[in-house]
Amino acid sequence: MQAPVLEVEDLAVRFTRRGEQPTRAVDGVSFSVAPGETIGLVGESGCGKSVTSLAIMGLLPRRGVEVTGSVRFDGNDLVDAPDHVLRGLRGADMGMVFQDPLSSLNPTVPIGTQVTEVLLEHREMSKAEARDEATRLLDRVGIPDPGRRLKEYPHQLSGGMRQRALIAMALACAPRLLIADEPTTALDVTIQAQILELLRELVVDSGTALVMITHDLGVVAGLCDRVHVMYAGKIIETADRHDLFTRPRQPYTGGLLASVPRLDSTRGAPLTPIRGSARDAIPWSEGCAFAPRCDNAQDDCLTEVSGSTVPLVPDGPGRELRCRHPLEHPSAPSGATASGAAR
Amino acid sequence: MTALGDYKRERIDALAARAGQLPEGEAGLSLTRSAFRRLRRDPVAITGAVIVLVFLVVAAFAPLLAPKDPVTQYLLSEIRPGTIPGPQEGFPLGVDNLGRDLLSRLIYGSRQSLLIGVVSTVLGLVVGMALGVLAGAFGGWVDTAVMRFVDILLSIPGLLMAITISVLLGQNQYALMIAIAVVQVPIFARLLRGSMLAQRGSDYAVAARALGVKKGRIVFGHVLPNSLSPVIVQATLSLATAIIEAAALSYLGLGDPDIARPEWGAMLANAQDFLSIRPALAVWPALCIIVVALGFTLLGERLREALDPKFRR
Repeated sequence: MQAPVLEVEDLAVRFTRRGEQPTRAVDGVSFSVAPGETIGLVGESGCGKSVTSLAIMGLLPRRGVEVTGSVRFDGNDLVDAPDHVLRGLRGADMGMVFQDPLSSLNPTVPIGTQVTEVLLEHREMSKAEARDEATRLLDRVGIPDPGRRLKEYPHQLSGGMRQRALIAMALACAPRLLIADEPTTALDVTIQAQILELLRELVVDSGTALVMITHDLGVVAGLCDRVHVMYAGKIIETADRHDLFTRPRQPYTGGLLASVPRLDSTRGAPLTPIRGSARDAIPWSEGCAFAPRCDNAQDDCLTEVSGSTVPLVPDGPGRELRCRHPLEHPSAPSGATASGAAR
Repeated sequence: MTALGDYKRERIDALAARAGQLPEGEAGLSLTRSAFRRLRRDPVAITGAVIVLVFLVVAAFAPLLAPKDPVTQYLLSEIRPGTIPGPQEGFPLGVDNLGRDLLSRLIYGSRQSLLIGVVSTVLGLVVGMALGVLAGAFGGWVDTAVMRFVDILLSIPGLLMAITISVLLGQNQYALMIAIAVVQVPIFARLLRGSMLAQRGSDYAVAARALGVKKGRIVFGHVLPNSLSPVIVQATLSLATAIIEAAALSYLGLGDPDIARPEWGAMLANAQDFLSIRPALAVWPALCIIVVALGFTLLGERLREALDPKFRR
């Protein structure tokens, strides 16, 4: 495997407010992405996945936000990098695709201007060259009649086209890292599939490293090589796509999978949603944040009983797990070691 | 600061907060285009537009429309203490105390009123927007400094300030325009700054930053164009205020001293000595001021409603 493009180590983001306890939105998150690889960050709303992506891009406001740990892009740390260095990287070497394509495009400016803007910013190009390049880009992301579309405003495009245009903007300078923050959430299913296919082609063709942030397990199944499941700001399970779907170990991951309707389940059989909501999480310092909602939870999931927080430990080849009472799978050979190590 | 200043600030900020919100279900139309569409179907807006248009035409073609010269004195033989000739042939609204044709003076007066209204509003808009962009683009201490200055201006009652300025600058029509413009400046500045702050946190601004676009380009290419709609609305409404203030200042004797340029406010002031003899001399210019201000207000209010998703019925 090639050297990773992006290495995130022990990343933590705290929102501080005067006179109040700081909120830990992201806490000790580590992962890396190699060229041509796709990783998924999965979790419910509010688990810190979007904050993680904004922290990597350096897009969080400076005031009231504390980012610690390291984000290494090509070996250079970005956390303390000055603004102009970050600005040079953003758009050129790392791109980002956002959730809502309509609000992420400026409604008062034609698509073409918004695409050429990126090219003019990062590449030595004349306006005419940028225009030709923009046409090529729109064509590449599958927008028909790109010459005409360039002159149109965001509201004149369909939802899928807008997302394609946004992807074209993110791809304009052939970035080596692309972060996609729920890129298909605002789109309907057929368009979702097209956009995902487009992203997959991109990774295969140009060897871009892709970080896919999503709550949609279908997206994970279709696209990601490796998956990190996040809960309350921490990674709680890491596994290859296949392992994650066939043998989820964290009860939370198991719950996520069980709450998605499946074609092969008995008709009329009830879905099993996870109890409660993400707001029921307890601070990690008091134990496993998921414990209040977990069916497997026992007394030692709380710090006051076990005397330590639940660590993230290796759990078989290529897997990591943060759980004291994981789900057992009879076929899994490497089952009990992790829970043993955790105790 | 005074309660008046606070009140003005709140109103301006409420307007700014609504900037650029797109109505649900109209995603297929740009904000300005859908607003225009709604305005065209709105009888009130059309009434306002027609009033404004009529006055603009009258002002533009005053020499053609006026039946008489506005400064020549007629019927002098019939003017005595206690009598001023009323409407008669050749003088549909009668003459004033110096024998000048009232209708012609009203027609020429529209030029002066509209000119002062437009020039002072544009002046206030330009300076106010410059301050607003400064505060909204840089933030930090620049923002604090500019906004405190604007707050001080806002806390002074508008007419009082206009009177002070026009006294300081001397008695001519340019002083009048500047005086009225100064009153408008803080309103536009605060409105634009608030609206820009709201837009700065928007998704497309973050998306542009994620693409490495320069800050200046984000402010002027993305944030500013999306922050303008409340300012445009306010400018329309300000035209009405400016015309009323111009009339008020003229009424107080601070207007243009040139008698060759009749002005509604000055006509009104002049007429008050003859209220018991010929009240029509005061009624007509007052009516003109009211109607033209009403026209701009109707248009402006409906423009705001058309641009504002929360007002939609």
